[in-house]
Amino acid sequence: MVYQSQAVAKPYFIAAIGLFVGQVMFGLILGLQYVIGDFLFPTIPFNVARMVHTNLLIVWLLFGFMGATYYLIPEEAETELHSPRLAIITFWVFLAAGVLTILGYLMVPYATLAEATGNSLLPTMGREFLEQPTLTKIGIVVVALAFLYNVGITVLKGKKTVINTVLLLGLTGLALMFLFAFYNPSALTLDKYYWWWVVHLWVEGVWELILGAILAFVLIKVTGVDREVIEKWLYVIIAAALVTGIIGTGHHYYWIGAPEYWQWWGSIFSALEPLPFFMMTLFAFNMVNRRRRNHPNKAATLWALGTAVMAFLGAGVWGFLHTLAPVNFYTHGTQITAAHGHLAFFGAYVMIVLTIISYAAPQLLGQGEARSNRQQVLEMWSFWLMSVAMVFIVLFLTGAGILQIWLQRVSENPQPFMAVQEQIALFYWMRTVAGIVFFIGVMVFVASFLVKGREVARETPAAIEAAA
Amino acid sequence: MSASFTKSMARNIFYGGTVFFILVFLALTFDTTRALPARDHRENLTAQVAEGKEVWEKNNCIGCHTLLGEGAYFAPELGNVYERFGNNKEAIKIFIKTRPRNGVPGRRSMPQFNLSDEELEAVAEFLKYTSEIDTASWPPNIQG
Ligand code: HEM
Ligand code: HEM
Ligand SMILES: [Fe+2]
Repeated sequence: MVYQSQAVAKPYFIAAIGLFVGQVMFGLILGLQYVIGDFLFPTIPFNVARMVHTNLLIVWLLFGFMGATYYLIPEEAETELHSPRLAIITFWVFLAAGVLTILGYLMVPYATLAEATGNSLLPTMGREFLEQPTLTKIGIVVVALAFLYNVGITVLKGKKTVINTVLLLGLTGLALMFLFAFYNPSALTLDKYYWWWVVHLWVEGVWELILGAILAFVLIKVTGVDREVIEKWLYVIIAAALVTGIIGTGHHYYWIGAPEYWQWWGSIFSALEPLPFFMMTLFAFNMVNRRRRNHPNKAATLWALGTAVMAFLGAGVWGFLHTLAPVNFYTHGTQITAAHGHLAFFGAYVMIVLTIISYAAPQLLGQGEARSNRQQVLEMWSFWLMSVAMVFIVLFLTGAGILQIWLQRVSENPQPFMAVQEQIALFYWMRTVAGIVFFIGVMVFVASFLVKGREVARETPAAIEAAA
Repeated sequence: MSASFTKSMARNIFYGGTVFFILVFLALTFDTTRALPARDHRENLTAQVAEGKEVWEKNNCIGCHTLLGEGAYFAPELGNVYERFGNNKEAIKIFIKTRPRNGVPGRRSMPQFNLSDEELEAVAEFLKYTSEIDTASWPPNIQG
C-alpha cells in the first residue's frame, strides 16, 4: 500500500465477502427447493430466495468493484483519494440500503413491500435482477454519483493512466446503463428491450472494462511487466469487447417480439463475443510467462490466471454454446441458461473481485506484500474448491438442460414442464451436492483470514531467468 | 503483440469502434421502435393489460416463471399459458385463485397471492395480450 487513503477499500472488501457468504447460502436454499419443492414454503418462497441470491450477488460485486477502485485509483493516479470521509459515508449508506432491501424481501410479502415503498408512483419493481424498491434504486444512483465524483476528482488532480481511465469509463458506463432500470413501459416487448440495456450491456459491455482494468493492474503488480505492453493489451481487449458486445445485445432479441433481423445481427456479433475473453486468457498467461519478478503473493497470481480461464469458459464457451439463433430457439430459458449464467458470473466477476481482494489483503492488513504461507495455502485450497465445484454445478445443470430440452421441446411427445422437472431431479440433487462443496470453498476463503501464520512468504530470488 | 502495432493505434480502435457500433445500435433501436407496435399489437394494449403487468410485477411472478423465455426456470413458461389453457382466461384466474396457502406437501407450489377479482382479471388479460405478441414462432411447442 503506497497511499494512506487506499485503506478505505478494506470495509468494502469485508462487506463484499460477508454478502458473498449470504448469497451462496441462499443458493443452497434454492438448490434444495428445486428437489424438495415445499422446503421453507410458504415462509421463504422460491422467488424470494432467488431475489436474495441474485441481488446479493450484484450488491457484493458492486462493493468489490468500489473497493477495487478505491484501492487502485490512488496508486495509479499517484495521489491520495479526494475524500476518504465521503468514501466511508457512501459505504455505510450503500450497506444500509442493501441490508434493508434484503430484509424487506424476507420479512414482508413482495406486494406489501411494493406498496410500502410507493412503487405505484414510479413502478420499476418486479423485473428480474431489478427487483429492488424504486427508493433503493434511487439510493444506488446517489451512492454511484458520490462515488464517481470522489474517484473522478482524484484522477483529475492526479496522473491519468490507461488503467484508471478505462476503469472510470467502465464505472461511468455502469452508472449510466443503470438509469434504464427506471424505464418501465407497459408494452412488454419494449420493457424487455431496454431491460437488457442494463443487464447485457453491463456484463457483456461496461463491466468488461472494469474487469480488464483490474486484471491489468494486478498483472502489472505481480509480474513487473512493462506498463506499455499491458496497456496496449488492455485497449485491444476492451475494443473487442465493445465492438462485439454492443450489437451482441441482439442475442436477447430473437423471441421477445423484436423484428427478426435481430436473429442475424445478434448471432453474428455475439458469436464474436468470446474473442475478448480469449484474449484475456492469452494476455494473463503471456504476462505471467514474461514476468520480471516472482511476486511472493502466489495466491493472487493464481486468482488472476484463474479469472482469465474461467471467464473464457463461462462467458466464451458456455455463451457461444447457446448464442446462435437456431440453437437458442431450443435452449432459451432452460437450465442451459442457468448453467451459463453461473459459470460466466463466477469466472469473470466473482473471480476478479476475489483476485483484487487477494492481492490487496496483505497490504490492507499490514502484512507487507504477501500473507503467510499457511494463509496462502488455505486461499489456494479455496480457489480450487470453488472453481472445481462451480465447474461441476455447471456440468450438472448442462446435463439437466439437455434432457429438459429433449423431453419438453424436441421429442415426439413433448411433455409438460413440471413432468420433465421430476424426471431430471437427479441432476438437481448432484448440483446441490456440488453447491455444498462450493460453500465449503467460500468458508475456506474466509478461514484464510482467520488463521494466523508467523512465517511470511518472501520473493524467491531464483527463476528470474524465466522472464528471459 | 508486434511492436509496430502501437498503443495509440489500439486506443483509436477502441474509441472509434465503440462510437461506430453505438451509432449502429442506436439506428437499429430506432428501426425496432418503429416496427414494434405492429409486432406486439400495441392496439390491444388496454389500460387493463397495463394494470395486469403491474400485478405481474408487484407479485414478482418472474421470480419463479419465465415470460417469453426470460425469468426464472423453476416454474412453467407463461408467455403461451393462455393457449396452453385452451384460450381460456377463466381457467387462468381459477388456477391462480385456488392455490393452497400452505402449498402441496413435497411439491413445488405456487403461493396464494390473494388477488382481488379486478387484479385477477387484469393479470389474465395481460397474459392473453402477451400470448399474441409475434415471437418468431417461439416457443417450439405448446409446452413452452
Ligand atoms: C461475463 C460475461 C457474461 C455474464 C456474466 C453472463 C451472464 C448471463 C446471465 C445471468 C444470463 C441469464 C439472463 C436471464 O436471467 O435471462 C445470460 C444469458 C445469455 N447469455 Fe450471457 N453472460 C456473459 C457473457 C456472454 C457471452 C460472451 C455470450 C455469447 C457468446 C453470452 C450469451 C448469452 C445468451 C445467448 C443468453 C440468453 C440465454 C437464453 O436465451 O435463455 N453471454 N448471460
Ligand atoms: C451453492 C452454490 C449455488 C447454488 C446451489 C445456486 C443455485 C441457484 C438456483 C437454484 C438459481 C435459480 C435458477 C432458476 O431461476 O430456476 C440460481 C440463480 C442464479 N445464481 Fe446461483 N447458485 C449457487 C451459487 C452461485 C454463485 C457463486 C453465483 C455467482 C457466480 C450465482 C449466480 C446466480 C445467478 C446469476 C443466477 C440467475 C441465473 C439466471 O437468471 O440465469 N449462484 N442459483
Ligand atoms: Fe447477453
